[in-house]
Amino acid sequence: MALFDKHQRAALFDPLLANNPIGLQMLGICSALAVTTRMDKALVMSVSLTVVAALASLAVSLIRKYTPNSVRIIVQLAIISSLVIVVDQVLKAYLYEISLELSVFVGLIITNCIVLGRTEGFAMQNSPWISLLDGIGNGLGYSLVLLAVGFIREFFGTGRVFGFQVLPLVSEGGWFYPNSMFLLAPAAFFIIGVLIWFLRTWKPEQQEKN
Amino acid sequence: MEHYLSLLVKSVFIENVALAFFLGMCSFLACSRKVETALGLGLAVVFVQVLTLPLNNLLLHYLLAEGALTWLHDSLNWVDLTFLTFIVFISTIAATVQIVEMALDRYFPALYTSLGVFLPLIAVNCAILGGSLFMAERDYNFLESVVFGFGTGFGFLLAIVALAAIRERMAYANPPGGLRGLGITFIAVGLMSIGFMMFSGIQF
Repeated sequence: MALFDKHQRAALFDPLLANNPIGLQMLGICSALAVTTRMDKALVMSVSLTVVAALASLAVSLIRKYTPNSVRIIVQLAIISSLVIVVDQVLKAYLYEISLELSVFVGLIITNCIVLGRTEGFAMQNSPWISLLDGIGNGLGYSLVLLAVGFIREFFGTGRVFGFQVLPLVSEGGWFYPNSMFLLAPAAFFIIGVLIWFLRTWKPEQQEKN
Repeated sequence: MEHYLSLLVKSVFIENVALAFFLGMCSFLACSRKVETALGLGLAVVFVQVLTLPLNNLLLHYLLAEGALTWLHDSLNWVDLTFLTFIVFISTIAATVQIVEMALDRYFPALYTSLGVFLPLIAVNCAILGGSLFMAERDYNFLESVVFGFGTGFGFLLAIVALAAIRERMAYANPPGGLRGLGITFIAVGLMSIGFMMFSGIQF
């Protein structure tokens, strides 16, 4: 691939599985759980976060040489919250119903540790292009987990995928009896726990030592 | 009175920020290895929450909401600054945390040494910003916002101390390699969340 060299590919693809922000770094779990009862909500949230993470990394990296060290967190927060305001206004204008259901969680992208963690930990030291890729990569890593959890919860909880009835429900003459436990808060914790278990059994070098 | 009591119980138990709304999860998991650390972080959250929620409530009602600037001049009743909510709230929180940190350092050095390390973490804790955003969304008045602020903070404190106590015991257990650490913690939090769902029957 001529477009990306080795480091740039690593910045873009490592966060997907090898260094997943949720699975390994324990970042950004807050919103990962609340918006995953349906896949369309999870998708909108993933896209919003990826956009914010990418643009925030780019912007922070562009001004990194002019940012005084003592106020860098405030500068980053200001950049991130402005981006989130833009995303929120766009959602309210074009996807009003989903934005109502996401309620406060779009606003909470501001305090999502993935975004601030990448701007603080990566974009402050690196050039704009690779920071942008790193932001996109981490956004995609987050999206992957979010969509996986969203799929499991929506599929078993209602028998639907993206709102389409895949498994016919008992109440409508089919055979599938929905397990609404999957739509409740505890199920989200269990699913993430089990996903982490699978990921770390597959890649044992991620396991924690006691 | 009853209304406020019910709001308090609701925000502490039924709608626990950490276990029902998943807010503040990052610090909830990262700072719950020891009961002492968890207690410190929990107290800092209560403290900051009780300060920032009413403050944001005043800002919302006298600066941001539609027609909120009418107290300045009658002709300003068309101004609607709600789109600035996020940036105003996060600045209030960051500024409050900074001021509290300096004040504690100057006047209560003992408290500063125990809470000090957690205060910077709090500025980016979703439970704090989430509390303010829920307050704005549900349109609480000033007194309600004080009660709600204390309730959410205290709920977080309860949950994180309980989880830390469980994790201290779990250190002696021997789960499968892949579950060790983060994985088994998630399972434990899920079980706690089921426990807290039992409170949902309480009503006044």
